[in-house]
Amino acid sequence: MHKLGKALLTALWFMVLTLPVMGIKLNLLENTVHWRFDRILALGVAIFFLSLLWNWCFARKARGLPLVAVPPTLAAGVRELAGNAALRRGGAALLVCGLLVMPLAGSFYQTNIMISAMLYIMLALGLNIVVGLAGQLVLGYVAFYAVGAYAYGLLNQFFGWGFWMCLPVGGLLAALFGLGLGFPVLRLRGDYLAIVTLGFGEIVRLGLLNWTSLTGGPRGISEIPRPGLFGLEMGINESTIYIYYLVLAAVAITVAVISRLKNSRVGLALQALREDEIACEAMGIDITRVKLSAFALGSCWAGFAGVIFAAKTTFINPSSFTFMESAMILSMVVLGGMGSIAGVIIAAVILILAPEYLRAFSEYRMLIFGAIMVIMMIFRPQGLISGERRRYRISALENGAANAPAGSADGGKA
Amino acid sequence: MKKGMALFAMACILACGVSAHAADSIKIGVQGAHSGDLASYGVPSLNAVKIVADQVNAKGGVLGRQVEVIAQDDQCKPEMATSAATKLISDKVGVVVGPICSGPTTASLPLFQEAGLIAISPTATTPGLTESGKNPLFFRTVANDNAQAKLTSDFMLNKLKAKKIAYLHDNGDYGKGFADNNRVLMEKGGAETVLFEAVTPDAVDFSAVVRKLRRAKPDIVVFGGYQPVASKLVQQMRRDRLNTPFIGPDGVKDETFLKMTGKDSEGVYASYPKDTSTLAEYKHARDAHVKAYGSEPGFGYYNAYAAAECLLDAIAKTGGTDTAKLKEAMRANAVDTPLGKIRFNEKGDAAGMALSIYQVKDGKFVELDHSVVLE
Amino acid sequence: MDIQFFIELFFGGLTRGSIYALIALGYTLVYGIIELINFAHGEIYMLGAFTALLVAGALGVYGFPAGGILVVAALVAVVWCAAYGFTLEKVAYKPLRGAPRLSPLISAIGMSIFLQNYVLLAQTSDFVPFPRLLPEMDFLEYIDYVMGPSDFLILLVSTLAMVALSLFIRFTRMGKAMRATAQNRKMALLLGINADWIISLTFIIGSALAALGGVLIASHMGQVNFGIGFIAGLKAFTAAVLGGIGSIPGAMVGGLVLGLAESFTTGYFSGNYEDILAFGILILILIFRPDGILGKAKVQKV
Repeated sequence: MHKLGKALLTALWFMVLTLPVMGIKLNLLENTVHWRFDRILALGVAIFFLSLLWNWCFARKARGLPLVAVPPTLAAGVRELAGNAALRRGGAALLVCGLLVMPLAGSFYQTNIMISAMLYIMLALGLNIVVGLAGQLVLGYVAFYAVGAYAYGLLNQFFGWGFWMCLPVGGLLAALFGLGLGFPVLRLRGDYLAIVTLGFGEIVRLGLLNWTSLTGGPRGISEIPRPGLFGLEMGINESTIYIYYLVLAAVAITVAVISRLKNSRVGLALQALREDEIACEAMGIDITRVKLSAFALGSCWAGFAGVIFAAKTTFINPSSFTFMESAMILSMVVLGGMGSIAGVIIAAVILILAPEYLRAFSEYRMLIFGAIMVIMMIFRPQGLISGERRRYRISALENGAANAPAGSADGGKA
Repeated sequence: MKKGMALFAMACILACGVSAHAADSIKIGVQGAHSGDLASYGVPSLNAVKIVADQVNAKGGVLGRQVEVIAQDDQCKPEMATSAATKLISDKVGVVVGPICSGPTTASLPLFQEAGLIAISPTATTPGLTESGKNPLFFRTVANDNAQAKLTSDFMLNKLKAKKIAYLHDNGDYGKGFADNNRVLMEKGGAETVLFEAVTPDAVDFSAVVRKLRRAKPDIVVFGGYQPVASKLVQQMRRDRLNTPFIGPDGVKDETFLKMTGKDSEGVYASYPKDTSTLAEYKHARDAHVKAYGSEPGFGYYNAYAAAECLLDAIAKTGGTDTAKLKEAMRANAVDTPLGKIRFNEKGDAAGMALSIYQVKDGKFVELDHSVVLE
Repeated sequence: MDIQFFIELFFGGLTRGSIYALIALGYTLVYGIIELINFAHGEIYMLGAFTALLVAGALGVYGFPAGGILVVAALVAVVWCAAYGFTLEKVAYKPLRGAPRLSPLISAIGMSIFLQNYVLLAQTSDFVPFPRLLPEMDFLEYIDYVMGPSDFLILLVSTLAMVALSLFIRFTRMGKAMRATAQNRKMALLLGINADWIISLTFIIGSALAALGGVLIASHMGQVNFGIGFIAGLKAFTAAVLGGIGSIPGAMVGGLVLGLAESFTTGYFSGNYEDILAFGILILILIFRPDGILGKAKVQKV
């Protein structure tokens, strides 16, 4: 009963809170006020139940229970299936086959949105190096994407360079920008770093907008050629399929490189940096080098993705590279689970494909994004699939902990 | 017996009609911003095409085939435009009305060109779309920015005898284009440029740029951009007792502009298509919208209405959606639309429409006696 | 050197700067207490402008006198935004206390996106005209080339608000409790200060100031839409950092310096570079003097 009362109060509070913005609709042409009490009432009812759910979630969280209880038999079944090596290989093979056949079997449109989705996967994986592995919150990631896209657009326009020449150049240039940003911000951490990178992203966009003689300003660059294949003339259909395979390969390479990187020396150093910067430095890791390599690596992928993006749309202008894009890529990393490759891929696919197929919901898309970001941070900060953290077990310590009083039971996890 | 024959014939016609309808409808794709923050620029066009389609369908369709409208949202973003365009192509539409914004149009046209689809934009004004000659299948039912600049610069040079000009723009494609084009034409005509500058649309105040304007002492301020920035600028100028005349493109001539600026807008000039509200077609289009949606039509409604009418007329005359034939028909035949009797020139721009200069008098845009007819 | 032009730009910069300062205070108060960049603060400013607009519009329709409308609308906006700020903290930040530092920041970005779209969906994506409610001020006639009624009102109200805030922080019990919590939260708890309440109070005060800024700017610029909070918030944050985040006088100084810098850049160079300048300053300050003009250097605690 107490809970119900509380929920009722919360509902009332929100009804009062939203009264002006939701409740009043002015019609200035006819000079009338339209009070939308029906909406407020509906919201109140919704808040009442949400509030109950919210408290229930907190109660479960406080008791350390998962929010969604999976029946143990099902969980065990899934685990068994996942553990079955043959099945896993089979599943992977099926997925690869599906992806390879898709553009031939699916429609032109399907292929096209798959390309977008995979470009975002590349971007999200790249940002994952910086945010997920190294723990450096970068809010201006889209700037590097822009650098890649404009590198191709401009080099093609002024020097006639082809796609394959520009691909490495775009990546390299973005990496250089990453280093350029990385050097001055070495000392900054956490939220200051986030804001500086946000400012950097905006400056790059404003630079592209205002340097009209070079970049065409708001008009952008059009007629960027699609990638060629040994001088073969391709129609738009073939060309799109070609780009599809190209992006697929790029994503495969990205996944391979990043999963190797994760367990490499640099990757481990990055993760150490994420866990504790000072301890990391005390362990003798050269923080400067590690941070810079994180920036360079992360931005390099954005550069590649940018070149491919320019080749795909054949038209770029600064309005494609706003802060919202950065926030979108960041939310993929966050929702997927920082540091987890599979999680980030799943999140990117969901975030790009869901609005494409659910166009009816597109108005509410950003609203839902915002809410999900908040809710994820509260109830599942590790994301859909938590990036596994390495744990070292020292059996002697664990035994010691077992003997110690219950209060220090978590001492063995360190 | 005769009666029986007639009945039989009618049944036949009906059956044919129904079967033709079932066999294939004529699909019109509509691409534009239907959601997001620019939705108010795109939704009226979608409404226009729907209304035209409903009217035609109520009369039995075109060539006995029903017209089906397929909408694709691009939110006026180039990167979404390419997927919207490919979606339309894979839905096998016969013709396209749209896109709305110039950026997405630039991004989508190569796709439509490749697929051999005619696209007719109601609102994309970037000159290069038609003038580059690279988009032979592109048409538009709106004056391009060059035509507007020609009119406004001619008006300033010959009517107002302006000598010192200040240009402000919102650093967008459309706004900067208008300012640039005017500057070129005005300098050719011997006018001096005293200020050429971007304003930041989101800035919390414009006082610095207004004070700069006052110091530059121009004869007139040319503004390139849309209504929100224009109304903020005009308000701040008048508040600072800067009564320099102000001229803008069609993005400024908008009821909201008057509402926002109140008496400050008195005397502001804007270029806009010649007033056609006395035409029967125009009244018909307006009434249809009021009946269907209960409100006055929004931005680009009549342009899209005209676009849909031209397309359906060409389809009716050529007997299908064969692109080459449609293209010829659209150039050859003039169609009565809410914008006047229009056809299309070699480049794809609408001919027969007229642009006029308007001025705010007593809180209303009044058409002045200064206009050009598009060729 | 044109002295009059200089004075004009100077006052223009002051007007703009005092708005930045009002919003910056919210950032700095919150950061001082819980070291969180409240990214959604700019949206509170926008909500303030919108609430005032709607209330003023409704009162106008019902035929209230113009002078009263502005006061009532501003009051409602301030109260409601304080409530928004309070709720924001309870929903999005309080459950994350003690979480890694990135979590509340991401939650704040999420909240910012959410609030923008909330207003977009509940009202409109268009710009909405803000009714003209300012009285004519005849005594400004002599200096009207530097200052109009709205500039005057902005300067007056923001100065009063800042003075009131300083007095509040300096002399009242709650102000002292806030300062104590900012210095050392654990110690304050031990001394019997209800830290939860102090944090809520910080959000309430910060949001109320932002709403005030929103109302002032809306009546100055004459129109409002759902996106105005982003840039204004970012600029105000720059101001807060410039002055030294966590420092209340710093936020005021930072706001004024940024406003003046922007005004002079536009006046003597070009309006194209206004935003680049602001972000450039932000980056340079954070890199070379992260503690700002008036901030004190902090030792990183392990």
